[in-house]
Amino acid sequence: MLSWLQLLGQKAIDFFQRLGRGHLLFIAILSGIPELLLRFRLVVQQVYSVGVLSLVIILVSGLFVGMVLGLQGYNTLVDFGAEESLGTVVALSLVRELGPVVTALLFAGRAGSALTAEIGLMKATEQLSAMEMMAVDPIRRVLSPRFLAGFISMPLLAAIFSAVGVLGGFLVGVSLLGVDEGAYWSQMQDKVDLHDDIYNGVIKSLVFGVVVTWISVFEGYDCIPTSEGVSRATTRTVVHSALVVLGLDFILTALMFGEV
Amino acid sequence: MTTRLTEIWVGVFVAAGMAALFMLAMKVSNLSTYNEGEGYIVTARFEDISGLKERSPVTMAGVRIGRVKAISFDNDSLQAVVTMRIETRHNALPKDTSASIYTAGLLGEKYVGLEPGGDDKSLKQGDVVKLTQDSLVLEKLIGQFVTKMLDNDSDGKK
Repeated sequence: MLSWLQLLGQKAIDFFQRLGRGHLLFIAILSGIPELLLRFRLVVQQVYSVGVLSLVIILVSGLFVGMVLGLQGYNTLVDFGAEESLGTVVALSLVRELGPVVTALLFAGRAGSALTAEIGLMKATEQLSAMEMMAVDPIRRVLSPRFLAGFISMPLLAAIFSAVGVLGGFLVGVSLLGVDEGAYWSQMQDKVDLHDDIYNGVIKSLVFGVVVTWISVFEGYDCIPTSEGVSRATTRTVVHSALVVLGLDFILTALMFGEV
Repeated sequence: MTTRLTEIWVGVFVAAGMAALFMLAMKVSNLSTYNEGEGYIVTARFEDISGLKERSPVTMAGVRIGRVKAISFDNDSLQAVVTMRIETRHNALPKDTSASIYTAGLLGEKYVGLEPGGDDKSLKQGDVVKLTQDSLVLEKLIGQFVTKMLDNDSDGKK
């Protein structure tokens, strides 16, 4: 009984210690951002590895998600003779939900895991300690540029995802299934609001960008410096990011569109 | 050379992202058709507006000439007050124009339809549309229909 209680207590203390370390690291990363503006080249390199290299997966998935939405939406709407609303259905689901959320999940899998593995390996091979020996702060030199790059890349990727998805829906709905082209765009423009839908989608993707990169960077920096520790940290990055993104998405949606 | 290539790719990426955002704003959302600010305000009172929302279209002859700006409730007359913004270029609506609330399609959204009268004077900023017709509520219609049917039945038995 006592040992069981001890185990519970140990887990709880571990959890809160990790949480505390995570927040301290977050503050340290943020405080390293201002001086990055002077050495922006570091960030540009990271935007390349975090953003540009994720571009292919985002483009392909965006196109296919949009095409599936077009197909499924058409099949449902045609029963009511409302297939002209297809544009609205595709655009609203992409801009409000699927764009930010699916992009964040793909981003965690593609870029987040790579960040964790990279930083974890740097720690395991004592590159981070070597930097400290040379009086270079690894948080400011390694973590901050990666964090800022994730923050910049995520909304851009989400916007590309949504735009490509709308085109995918157009491809299936208009070119394949014969929805009227003018109705597709005009119904969409009639119902999608710049402020309510598009801005809120961008805000969502910004929040997800912060959270996913934060988790990835923290897991890498906080991992046990062995090959097993790095592999565990990488898994945790993907799992935790996915859970946090989906949970936060519900909260953000309730705040933005809830009207409860 | 590699850094140069990297930077070019990042430039392409950022430009593509901006272009996507721009396309979402211009092509997908209503920014291109949405010009608040210009226009004059006209109000109308209705007994029942159920289903009408802010930003619902205001049409005349089927063409959208404005949007509903605000909906409020008047405590004294117990009526709904609908404030509409009509675009400035449509400034020749007759003073005795009447307003009705219609439904687009069978289950579509509600909109305000204006019908012109014959007055020489035209509606100005702050004017009130006097002739109004309420929105048709399906439940009320069915209710009336059922009571009528029941009346007919009891009449028949006598």
